[in-house]
Amino acid sequence: MFFRLTDISKVYRSRRASVTALEPVSVDVAPRDFVSLIGPSGCGKSTLLAIAAGLEPPTTGTVELEGRILRHPGRERGMVFQNYTLFPWLTVRENVCFAQRLRVNRRAAHSKGEHSSLAAAADHLIAIMGLEKFADRYPRELSGGMKQRVAIARALANKPRLLLMDEPFGALDAQTREEMQELVLLLSLHESCTILFVTHDIEEALYLSNRVLVFSAHPGRIIEEITVPFPADRPLDTKLDPEFLQLKRHLLDLLHSGSRQRLEREDLLARLRAAA
Amino acid sequence: MSVTDPTRRGVIELLRPRGTLPSAVPWLAAALGFGLLLLAWHLASASYASAGREVLFPSPATVWETATGYLVGAERGSARAEDRATLATDLAASFGRVLAAFLLATAVAVPLGVLTGSLPVFEKLLQPLSEFVRYVPVPALIPLLIVVFGIGETPKIMLIFLGTVFQLLLMVADEIRRVADELLSACYTLGGQWDEAITKILLPAAAPGIFDAMRLCQGWAWTWLIVAELVAANEGMGFRILRYQRFLLTDKIFVYLIILGLVGLMMDLLFRLAYRALFRWQTPR
Repeated sequence: MFFRLTDISKVYRSRRASVTALEPVSVDVAPRDFVSLIGPSGCGKSTLLAIAAGLEPPTTGTVELEGRILRHPGRERGMVFQNYTLFPWLTVRENVCFAQRLRVNRRAAHSKGEHSSLAAAADHLIAIMGLEKFADRYPRELSGGMKQRVAIARALANKPRLLLMDEPFGALDAQTREEMQELVLLLSLHESCTILFVTHDIEEALYLSNRVLVFSAHPGRIIEEITVPFPADRPLDTKLDPEFLQLKRHLLDLLHSGSRQRLEREDLLARLRAAA
Repeated sequence: MSVTDPTRRGVIELLRPRGTLPSAVPWLAAALGFGLLLLAWHLASASYASAGREVLFPSPATVWETATGYLVGAERGSARAEDRATLATDLAASFGRVLAAFLLATAVAVPLGVLTGSLPVFEKLLQPLSEFVRYVPVPALIPLLIVVFGIGETPKIMLIFLGTVFQLLLMVADEIRRVADELLSACYTLGGQWDEAITKILLPAAAPGIFDAMRLCQGWAWTWLIVAELVAANEGMGFRILRYQRFLLTDKIFVYLIILGLVGLMMDLLFRLAYRALFRWQTPR
């Protein structure tokens, strides 16, 4: 298997109590897979992604990429975060070539030519993202959607084997969100990316992925795995396809039944009437 | 209600929390502040003058006269020219001490502060120590400093150094700690090593805060300078003020105080200008 999470669990222990954030889960990702993890907040999906990235140690289980067990973060697993996390003191171009510059600087002898070829590679990605005009701007001058495009370019510039995305469009407005979804879908096709994607947006998960893993909360565990039946290259209006809507309805029901502190419509109506 | 609601203009607008002021008001308010200070000064000195003790508390007009005396020409060898030469020596001596101590404090506190803020081991090693030492009143160290270092430049520079270095170290460590964890995560997932996390992420991200801490520290350095010079010195702003007290030259004391204020203001301004030039990537404040 290409990328494998085996029996990963996470328990947070304090002096008084221990909280199980994640019950043992296993996830296999094949090359060129687009797998979404979906679930209510607190279901441990982001924790699982941080463990996959090596940013957090699992309580049990192993992270494996092409047969190698990984315990620390590394450049083979690129990550895109919800809050952009661009380096604000670097321009767009400098952000995009950050990783390559680290590698060039690490070698004792490096020429000026290497730095300019880095800039050229970065410019190629910046052009794909449609950010040519902003290559020399600082992140504070960009909109949320543009920042996230830079963050994706920065991760891709490093040529990771696997791209991890943690609710990357959670902070964007609805319209920008759809643009970004289309961008990521097309990128994943053309650049042959393997992507593990965390979201709480059902539609987003269905539109982007070929597999969706549904989590329930407290403790977090996988309650269902769905294979999305659409071709990889799908237009945005797939979201209106009857089969798509049916799957969406199914996932909605699944997530509602898995949520404990749900505000029930009937209860709420009763309370409103009582108050009136 | 909209902030620019035209029906709500007037005096009430000046009292709105965090409201915006009409363009002339900031200048008028600043002038009013200085005006009130001058008025209070004038009244106080007038009461001394009516008791025939003008020399103890000179009026603003007297001080103005003395101050312009430093500026406007006088022939070589006159008392005025001598005063001017004294002032130049004092300023140079004081500047030298502050600069030496400030550079020393920065050279020690910034690297140690960065390590304290980034590495838990260093934090446990230095943080409690610094918290303790910074509450030892620095003037209490003067006798010891004189015994150990004699009465030359060293004990004065050491006093300023000790008065600022621990504060700066703790502030630098705080700035480093304030850097968002996610920036470090981003660095690691891009293949960064731990040493690169410090030099390529924590340091540049905290640099504006560190620079601002240096600005504050520079201001405190002038306070400690005066304390150091009051004790044992042959020249310097603090020394001269004490000397003029002995000869009841209170008008000159006022001139020196005003110069100290202006020097502080100027240094602050220089730091702010440098800050703006160095950290263009920051959101303007």
